[in-house]
Amino acid sequence: MPDKAQKGDWVQIHKIVLPAGERAPQVPEDTAQVPLEMKVKGTLLDQEASLGDTVSIRTAVGRVLEGTLVAINPSYDISYGPPPAELRSVGEELRKILKGGDC
Amino acid sequence: MKPRDYKSVMARRGEIMRASVGIDYSKYSIGRLAFDYERMMKETGYSLEEVKRIQKEANVGNTPLIELKNLTSLVRKLSEPGYGARIFVKDEANNPARSFKDRRASLSVFHAKRAGYPGVVAATSGNYGAAVASQAARSNLGCIIVQEMFDSRGYEQPEIAEKGRACEAYGAEVLQLSVGPELFYMFLLVLEDTGYFNASLYTPFSIAGIETLGTEIVEQVRDLTGKDPDYIVSTHAGGGITTGTARGVLKAGSFGTKIIGASVNLQGLHMASDRDFNRKSFTTGHTGFGIPFAVWPDRSDVPRNAARVLRYLDGYVTVTQGSVFYITEALAQLEGLERGPAGNTSLTAAFALARTLPEDHVVVVNETEYTGAGKHPYAQLAFAKKMGVEVKRGNPKDEVPGKNIVIPERPEQIACTEISLNKLRESYVRHACSSLGEERKLSQVDVEFLAEDSRLDKDEVLRLLAENEVVVE
Repeated sequence: MPDKAQKGDWVQIHKIVLPAGERAPQVPEDTAQVPLEMKVKGTLLDQEASLGDTVSIRTAVGRVLEGTLVAINPSYDISYGPPPAELRSVGEELRKILKGGDC
Repeated sequence: MKPRDYKSVMARRGEIMRASVGIDYSKYSIGRLAFDYERMMKETGYSLEEVKRIQKEANVGNTPLIELKNLTSLVRKLSEPGYGARIFVKDEANNPARSFKDRRASLSVFHAKRAGYPGVVAATSGNYGAAVASQAARSNLGCIIVQEMFDSRGYEQPEIAEKGRACEAYGAEVLQLSVGPELFYMFLLVLEDTGYFNASLYTPFSIAGIETLGTEIVEQVRDLTGKDPDYIVSTHAGGGITTGTARGVLKAGSFGTKIIGASVNLQGLHMASDRDFNRKSFTTGHTGFGIPFAVWPDRSDVPRNAARVLRYLDGYVTVTQGSVFYITEALAQLEGLERGPAGNTSLTAAFALARTLPEDHVVVVNETEYTGAGKHPYAQLAFAKKMGVEVKRGNPKDEVPGKNIVIPERPEQIACTEISLNKLRESYVRHACSSLGEERKLSQVDVEFLAEDSRLDKDEVLRLLAENEVVVE
């Protein structure tokens, strides 16, 4: 990932919505000790910015939001991961039962 | 400019809601707690015929009902002779955004457009976000989805990350938040800032949109088997699918069908805990929503939740996370359907239920959802291991939410744990009492409403009110 973004780049910003200590009264202790954070993506409105800079973006619906630049053209890193050993033989086991093997 | 701190925004909740939903809920109040539920549904919802027309235009609904013949055979191998009901599944993954949530979203978005709102906002980490974004895209409305998505260490729940991707693919702005109920505060701010429509899951529009699911199931079962469904098992979270489906089933004239809710057991995990957030492998269809929403539906993001499950449920069961992953694998391997996993909560319960029923009975699984990277047992199990949750083969009875995930060794170990509906009904009345504050007085009309809403006898309601020091005038 490049560390400098240009105007018009697709970027992600980060913002603290509620600092620790200002959380809702009903949250459990572990949650109360950390801030409520927000991340959102949009196109960069500043001419040029580096990671960590405070920037403005225009979101997909045209809203202008401000926050800290945390990613430039962020990728979707979700994956399937490896087939887990705990599930690998389930299909074979069930087909055996269906075919009349012992269960 | 209005103050934007937490307390001030929460204090404006009522006015923000009124403007963003366009329903004056006070119109339906008939007592201190009582409101006219059916009148609200009639006046602010849409008729079944209108819903069908709107959904047809939006390419939503009319999904296939598939008989799971191999799973039924498997159930019969594991059952006493003559037992093992026929299992059918409503394949809702065939909707445009690939879950039944399109039914709700199509109505909410239609209504928002008709009422002249410039866009829609939904607070959801689940399939509903993608559904709203998809429907908004085809209706040329702006769409903002607010998600609870990552913990304080920055770990993103894989399923929610995938949903966020889907929402962005449909052109939505996605606000991704760390763990906490203050998501609602953010949601209110967005509604106020944009003047968009609150596409809540719990409006009369949203619930009316699900009624077609119930009517379609009844019509399809009649067509395929010549009889009415004996059981419909739905994955139960906030109560929408159970309420809407049951209302549709009744509108189709199927009065003997038993309505069962099924949730993944996550008891012991705190839903607002930063630590517990990523120690669960299901982000919906679990007890963390299922129980609180059953016993106090009005905790939702609208003043009067149109999803009121205690009116409709004939049974409520839980299943384990490991059992749902096992059944998800079985559905792919034996039926050639890669779906879920969260939607397969109902299939897991139906699998156990079918073993206890005669062969001529029909159990309908409500419903399937799409699967994909992040939103798949493989991804969830890999993530669970990374978060320190033990994954192993064993007896699902030994599963402790947050500590381990036990993949059954054999299919006959898959079981439902019944949750006492009577206890939930009593808990509902206790919640109603605690909502009263210091002024502990109710009228007869409230007592009648509580009896109707909880499906308890009036005498039982009166006993519980007395126990909670509430006076009836």
